Amino acid sequence: MFKITDKERFSEHVVKLVVEAPMIAHSRRPGHFVIVRVGNGGERIPLTIADADTCAGTITLVVQEVGVSTRKICALEPGDCFTDVVGPLGQATHIANVGTVVCCGGGVGVAPLLPIIKAMKQAGNKVITVLAARTKDLIILEDQVRPYSDEVVIMTDDGSYGRKGLVTEGVEDVIRREKVDLVVTIGPAVMMKFVALLTKKYEVPTMCSLNTIMVDGTGMCGACRVTVGGKTRFVCIDGPEFDAHQVDFDEMMMRLRSYN
Amino acid sequence: MNNDNNIAPRSAQWREDLRKAHSAKERSGIPRVKMPELDPAYRITCNEEVNRGISAEQAVIEARRCMDCPDPQCMQGCPVSINIPGFIKNIERGEIDEAARVLRATSALPAVCGRVCPQEKQCESRCIYNKMKLQPVAIGYLERFAADHASSAATPDIKPNGIRVAVAGSGPAGLSFAGEMARLGFKVTVYEALHEIGGVLKYGIPEFRLPNAIVDREIKSLEALGVEFVKDCIVGKTLSFDDLADIGFKGLFVASGAGLPRFMGIPGENLIGIMSSNEYLTRVNLMGAGRQEFDTPVLPGDSVAIIGGGNTAMDSVRTARRMGAARVILVYRRSEEEMPARVEEIKHAKEEGVEFLTLHNPIEYLADSTGRVCAMRVQRMALGEPDASGRRSPVPVEGAIDEIPVNMVIVSVGVSPNPLIPSAIPGLGISRRGTIEVDPDTMQSSIPTLYAGGDIVRGGATVILAMGDGRRAARAMASSLLKQQ
Repeated sequence: MFKITDKERFSEHVVKLVVEAPMIAHSRRPGHFVIVRVGNGGERIPLTIADADTCAGTITLVVQEVGVSTRKICALEPGDCFTDVVGPLGQATHIANVGTVVCCGGGVGVAPLLPIIKAMKQAGNKVITVLAARTKDLIILEDQVRPYSDEVVIMTDDGSYGRKGLVTEGVEDVIRREKVDLVVTIGPAVMMKFVALLTKKYEVPTMCSLNTIMVDGTGMCGACRVTVGGKTRFVCIDGPEFDAHQVDFDEMMMRLRSYN
Repeated sequence: MNNDNNIAPRSAQWREDLRKAHSAKERSGIPRVKMPELDPAYRITCNEEVNRGISAEQAVIEARRCMDCPDPQCMQGCPVSINIPGFIKNIERGEIDEAARVLRATSALPAVCGRVCPQEKQCESRCIYNKMKLQPVAIGYLERFAADHASSAATPDIKPNGIRVAVAGSGPAGLSFAGEMARLGFKVTVYEALHEIGGVLKYGIPEFRLPNAIVDREIKSLEALGVEFVKDCIVGKTLSFDDLADIGFKGLFVASGAGLPRFMGIPGENLIGIMSSNEYLTRVNLMGAGRQEFDTPVLPGDSVAIIGGGNTAMDSVRTARRMGAARVILVYRRSEEEMPARVEEIKHAKEEGVEFLTLHNPIEYLADSTGRVCAMRVQRMALGEPDASGRRSPVPVEGAIDEIPVNMVIVSVGVSPNPLIPSAIPGLGISRRGTIEVDPDTMQSSIPTLYAGGDIVRGGATVILAMGDGRRAARAMASSLLKQQ
């Protein structure tokens, strides 16, 4: 019944939940997401899987409270159950040894980035991780990414931790300093947009993971559609990862405001 | 194996007596029954079923109209060849349970088919009355009557054979397959990706046309046969094809449906307020959008355009009226004559105040300052030469472009097969269109233990055809698995 076995509050509005879902824990790969629902009147909410433990049969989700449904999710306590958890959905991340990979995550985007960081490191890449947030309290999973990163750069808008500045400044310093073969970026759409603009300037291939509005998550509804390279694609089945240089982020950000 | 005609053979004494009871002239002199309907002004305020169903008296009289032809053409018109005179004559003699038994021998979901089948294009189009320039026997209404009014069927004696089979998808094809296999003694598990069982019958077809209670009753009767349902599980994702074999399943029937909504690829189609009919109907039907106790939102639309002319388009326009849209426009690029929707749906939509803008095609959507659609530009069309589908294809009338203010657009121009399962099973034969390739007689795919049916094979068809596939696949898979025993 998708019971919550552990909960940790990362910050005022960000919560980590460990959920019993043995079949999903067994099948998931980095990059996959699930759809969850709380209560019989609940909305279907897509969440990228941050981690999984096949022995314990659990998956880890990191959730930020932004609306009615995420508030309900974040209010769940160990022992409570999700009404539904379905997945793993989407295409898994293409993991290969490409050389040097910069993984940059903003806010809760660091959670879905974690399994990619691990897999990229295990595939033999040099991994440089850039974590960014508004302020120190919002930097999450630093201890978890360190063992799999050759270097961790921390950027905060207010300078309360790491370096003061935007995520793009941290990434640009690395690109100027050494040859980077791939950038992976996950975070708020506006952050990914500017990371993509930056890496396009330096012609570094860049992959992003999109989190759009979804209903079924299996290709049925098309609520998640985005324009990639001039073509309409569905994030749920074609993604969630795309070539960041091809994504129309402005359209995506507009569509994210559909129900505001 | 069921042989439909053995249940109520035409040669039975009671049927001979019944035929003699009234002359052909008496029978043909009876006018066709009218389906009692909710008043349009009332029904757009709620989700209640529009067609109320005919009474027992009406059913017996309508059944009497049937001539019990020696070579009943209606059966030829039915994609699963239901023994139509057999069940109708049972209604005429008042044996409603027996009528339902005749139906169930061929159709897993008669209460559903009685409501959503396009009878006017199938069984009823072949009725002898058409040749006599009279209205055909109301076979659909009678099917619904028998299915609704029969006492719940006693669970048949099943001899379990211990063989496990899995089904991917709980829509009409999956349910029909599951019922057939369970009756033959197999242990069936149906996996459903969504959080509700029923597939398109739940997320797609609205309550006012097919109440969920009707679908749930059919699902309960399958559970009584021993069928197990597992929600939130996607074959190919949660469980791989190999996982299923490891669990002990000897066969898989894929009935995953036509997942992917098509869009037209015109400028502005990704604006806020433009969505597929699948999204709109799923939000309202499955997720309860617009109702107090449900969290899923749906945009309010005062002026709504629906693009398309099929049954899904009709379901969408009628849903939009019920969601409070003051103006609902159906935009279709051909004329009403070419519309694939059922005649009844078109009639109901018109009664409910939907405007029909035929021979028009949207070419662009315009946005307000927030990115929400505020108008559509439509191209006037004229009918040209017949195309591959035999329908006259629409051609643009040069320079004839209008702009119509709308704040919501529902695109209902068809679906493509869901790539989720086809792409997850290596070695599975897939057509260029993305459908699973099967032997049409057995529904067996290029993988011997994998069968498929419904929209994942057909690309987009009807409930009854999907059910027929499920049934055919079940018979073929059963005989193949039993042979291996």
